[in-house]
Amino acid sequence: MVQGVVVVVTNSSLFSTIFGNTSKTLFFKAFFVLLITVNSILMAADAMAGTLPVDSVDILHHRFDGGGMEIDGPFVLVRKSIGTQVSVNGHYYIDSVSAASIDVVANASEYTEERTEVSAGVDFLHEKTMISTGYTNSEENDFVANSVFFSIGQDFFGDLTKLTMGYARGWDEVGKIESDFSEDVDRQIYKLGLSQVLTKNSLMGLDIETISDEGYLNNPYRSYRFFDPADTTKSLTSVEVYPETRTSTAVAVRGLYYLPYRASIKGEYRYFSDSWGIDAHTYEVLYVHPFGRQWTLEARVRRYSQSSADFYSDIFTHEGANDFLARDKELSTYTGMTYGGGVTYEFGQGVIPHVNKLKLTLLVDYLKYEYDNFRDVTAGDGLLDAGTEPFYEFDAWVTRASITFEY
Amino acid sequence: MKTHLIIGLLLLCFVGLSGCTGIKPWVKPYERNNLADPIMSLDRHGAAGSYIHHVYQAREGARGAEGGAGGGCGCN
Repeated sequence: MVQGVVVVVTNSSLFSTIFGNTSKTLFFKAFFVLLITVNSILMAADAMAGTLPVDSVDILHHRFDGGGMEIDGPFVLVRKSIGTQVSVNGHYYIDSVSAASIDVVANASEYTEERTEVSAGVDFLHEKTMISTGYTNSEENDFVANSVFFSIGQDFFGDLTKLTMGYARGWDEVGKIESDFSEDVDRQIYKLGLSQVLTKNSLMGLDIETISDEGYLNNPYRSYRFFDPADTTKSLTSVEVYPETRTSTAVAVRGLYYLPYRASIKGEYRYFSDSWGIDAHTYEVLYVHPFGRQWTLEARVRRYSQSSADFYSDIFTHEGANDFLARDKELSTYTGMTYGGGVTYEFGQGVIPHVNKLKLTLLVDYLKYEYDNFRDVTAGDGLLDAGTEPFYEFDAWVTRASITFEY
Repeated sequence: MKTHLIIGLLLLCFVGLSGCTGIKPWVKPYERNNLADPIMSLDRHGAAGSYIHHVYQAREGARGAEGGAGGGCGCN
């Protein structure tokens, strides 16, 4: 049981700011008292027990097909405990991309590429406190991303409450094929999560995440368009100009309820806002219905909507119309719907030696995105007047098939 | 005045959270059968769950707070 929570001030100037004109002696005395209090909290935590993630191997084949994009590949996630306090994990993930999306067709020629992502992480459990850290590397022919993260989680109140805090740092290298173009992006991520059991049939989660980017945030292949001064029924293009910083905050609340018969329903809402002027709302409802101990069916609906970035326009009045100029459809105003379903089949213990549980899962989602101010420049074989093309929309199928071994 | 306000807020936080000592779990361990059911996990699909977040992140302006952990009975 936690006895209290304190703020430890280790910076003497900050301490002086808070407590006024205080001597160093008082500072160190106060610091010592706070250390003792923190220690008492940790001692109190010693009286509690927890568990590491289950040892497992998760093998997934994923496929995205729609909007001119075909992406598929494997995703393998392995978890293994070492003793009773340490669990290590790693994943290997490939995106094999065949791209002929509207962005590609409008700005360049079709291409194929492969993205490979690997990660390694470790969880350390001390009674009710879980400390996790890890490293991820993602590479494709024109983009490299590296990131590290650290998080600490603590269970409270007889395990009814779980509080998690995390920090991650990322470094991206943005390149461009067939050129020596190279730019950097630095990223910092702060996370706060709360999971709370409300009643014997319900629980909720609250997540807050702030992300701060600094560097080259453009997509180097994309361009904005503006009216051709010689013929305003046509348009010309130029390289996009993005701000070099972006800070965003997302807050999500989730609720999960066990229905009077054996089934559950989950509701979720997320609000997002960033320094580029984008506001987004995400709603999702998931219904899960088991049949016996082996079969589980699920269905979900998700709605996403966002407003445009301040510097987005489908077509600008003239070249260099603003300080920042973008025509990425991801920065426009649009709505996305997802309708999904899935089935899971679980084999019990004994089917395979040393495997406690074997689970087969198939999830299929249908996605539909409709844009309110991003026009389809490929419509009408390019014969339509600039700025009169129909608004763009696309749909896609996302398939996930996985096999999970718990041992 | 500002200094006193900050001190007051810090003390209030400390005293308030210290008061948590007296809070007893209102859902007893023997009442957590339903919460322990796998269908009561906020993230049931592991790698498949991570992948769908990746799909959305690549196509939507919003990012973060996807969750991915928690739920269950707290029966650790």
